[in-house]
Amino acid sequence: MKPLTHLRSRTAVLTHENIDTDRIIPARFLTTTERNGLGRYAFNDWRYRADGSADPEFALNRPSSQGCEILVAGRNFGCGSSREHAPWALLDYGLRAVLSSEIADIFRGNALKNGLLAVTLSEAEHRYLLAHPGIELAIDVAAGTIELPDGGRFRFELDAFARHCLTQGVDQLGFLQQHGAQIDAFEARREVHA
Amino acid sequence: MNPSARTLLDKLWDAHQVVAETAAAPGVLYIDLHLIHEVTTPQAFTELRARGLSVRRPERILATLDHSTPTTPRDAQGQHVYASEEAAAQVAQLELNCLQFGIDLQGWSSESRGIVHVIGPELGATQPGMTIVCGDSHTSTHGAFGALAFGIGTTEVGHVLATQCLLQRKPKNFAIHVEGRLAPGVTAKDLALHLIGRIGVNGGTGHVLEYRGSAIEALTMEERMTLCNMSIEAGARAGLIAPDETTFAYLQGRERAPKGAAWDQALAYWRTLPSDAGARYDRELRFDAADVRPTISYGTHPGMVVALHAPVPAAKDLPERRALDYMRVDAGKPMTGMPVDLVFLGSCTNSRISDLRAAASLLQGRRIAANVRMLVVPGSVTVQREAEKEGLDQVFRDAGAEWREPGCSMCIAMNGDLAQPGQLVVSTSNRNFEGRQGPGARTVLASPLVAAASALAGCIADPRDVGKSGDTSSTREQAA
Ligand code: SF4
Repeated sequence: MKPLTHLRSRTAVLTHENIDTDRIIPARFLTTTERNGLGRYAFNDWRYRADGSADPEFALNRPSSQGCEILVAGRNFGCGSSREHAPWALLDYGLRAVLSSEIADIFRGNALKNGLLAVTLSEAEHRYLLAHPGIELAIDVAAGTIELPDGGRFRFELDAFARHCLTQGVDQLGFLQQHGAQIDAFEARREVHA
Repeated sequence: MNPSARTLLDKLWDAHQVVAETAAAPGVLYIDLHLIHEVTTPQAFTELRARGLSVRRPERILATLDHSTPTTPRDAQGQHVYASEEAAAQVAQLELNCLQFGIDLQGWSSESRGIVHVIGPELGATQPGMTIVCGDSHTSTHGAFGALAFGIGTTEVGHVLATQCLLQRKPKNFAIHVEGRLAPGVTAKDLALHLIGRIGVNGGTGHVLEYRGSAIEALTMEERMTLCNMSIEAGARAGLIAPDETTFAYLQGRERAPKGAAWDQALAYWRTLPSDAGARYDRELRFDAADVRPTISYGTHPGMVVALHAPVPAAKDLPERRALDYMRVDAGKPMTGMPVDLVFLGSCTNSRISDLRAAASLLQGRRIAANVRMLVVPGSVTVQREAEKEGLDQVFRDAGAEWREPGCSMCIAMNGDLAQPGQLVVSTSNRNFEGRQGPGARTVLASPLVAAASALAGCIADPRDVGKSGDTSSTREQAA
């Protein structure tokens, strides 16, 4: 996993609430056995019109959104399924951070495991960012801060372990394997029981 | 208050904790049963290979094919007709992965194949007291047995394959008390939709929902599964129901359930699982089962629900207005009477034998409306065989519905079974997100009874009106 310590980018804004994982990547693109290359399907049914052309009305298709690595999205982002294809698609599309006032549990876990910062802000902070698309933010993951162009600063909470993994690029499977002896002991204990 | 009193969740958690969580790191939780299918596993096996790892406990895995699989019969050459080459390749990949890593796959030739959340309970693999995970959010279904069951991502699938464990923090505990009895004609699906409407699609975020109370105790196992299945639609990690005599009677004698002395031993343990008197929950909600009426969704998430004959509420904000526009639904009018194009009876929410029986009881001796196409997709080969034995397949065929092979089908619409843009689908599945059943498709979530009644009427209709003289399609006065 690519470590993420600092991020400076303009924001792209999707005001919709309850953006679900089917919205992020429709199920018909899940027949892949790869995890790369899914960016082209991100928000597919919003991004493209029926004839396959890009819909200029869609916020992420606007010229000002190009190259943005921070997505500010409406409340309850990522609800729905456990499909990790959702964060894979967003990362492959070029995003490194998603900010909202509420983010679905499983999506957030999946995002953080893949190096996509997914954090929540207060309602007021969230409203401010939704209302000001395109402003440049500077995110410091270790400090848990988001700096605004005018010098204002928002703070976000991040689970200590997720922060550690994200900033160090730590691989959680490796971490889990370090507990091999305890897992052996647990299994042995239960076998005696059973 | 007894400080040592523990909830069902506490007991499940404590029994599986390999390493306790700390402020700095999540705990290590042991997983008893890992369910896998073709869609969310290929990348996990790739990772395993890349690291030269093996599968730690292949015997703790139940593998099946369900999401990408066609529900149409084989072609003249005896081949399955996949929606795409990619879908065929994905299935082939799981077959190969199972072969290579020593995992028993309920594949095409298995009489136990089916939707992952249908076959686990059916085989008796799902048992009280277990931790169960799957790369699929509706894993919450298995909570009906008093097992802690939740959906995980593909990276975590890899973790479980390699270590049989997950890094987890303990979720919060939310008790949902439902007292009384559901009225006749009101199903577990209605209860689930009603609850999500009440607490919202994010009402359960960060929590496990424990369903309690006399109304829950009165539910059959299949009804409990329907209810727990939908817990994720309220944003919850999992749903839970304490195991009781109903649970034990369901499991006894099933293929993978313990036998003989092992059964007695298991039973003694299972009886210790229900929450202790005086145990504390982080949140609680109480309501009366009599408040629940037949309920359907009218919007684009499962929290936008309304009682069958009640007027659709006015949009409170822009997203709701967008949803009503997308659904082409008018606020202030009931959903009954809206013309229907497709009816889907299936999915891990409502594809069990009791669901098929309920729908067939209405369709028996009747024909579905000429403007409606109806797909009936049993949840597993076992359900399919049982239905065929009871002659339900013939009831569906005679009524003009299509009797299909088992699979997820139109619940996720990735196998080629899907609606056309703009079509209105009355669906017994669990998600009505925009485009879930095909680009532009409009989904109305409903119980098997409402689905069958709507197929007959050609428009959204009340099952209690089927067979009554007069036009079932007309919307009438609010009954309750
Ligand atoms: S039936 Fe639907 S919800 Fe259930 S496992 Fe299949 S795709 Fe998921």
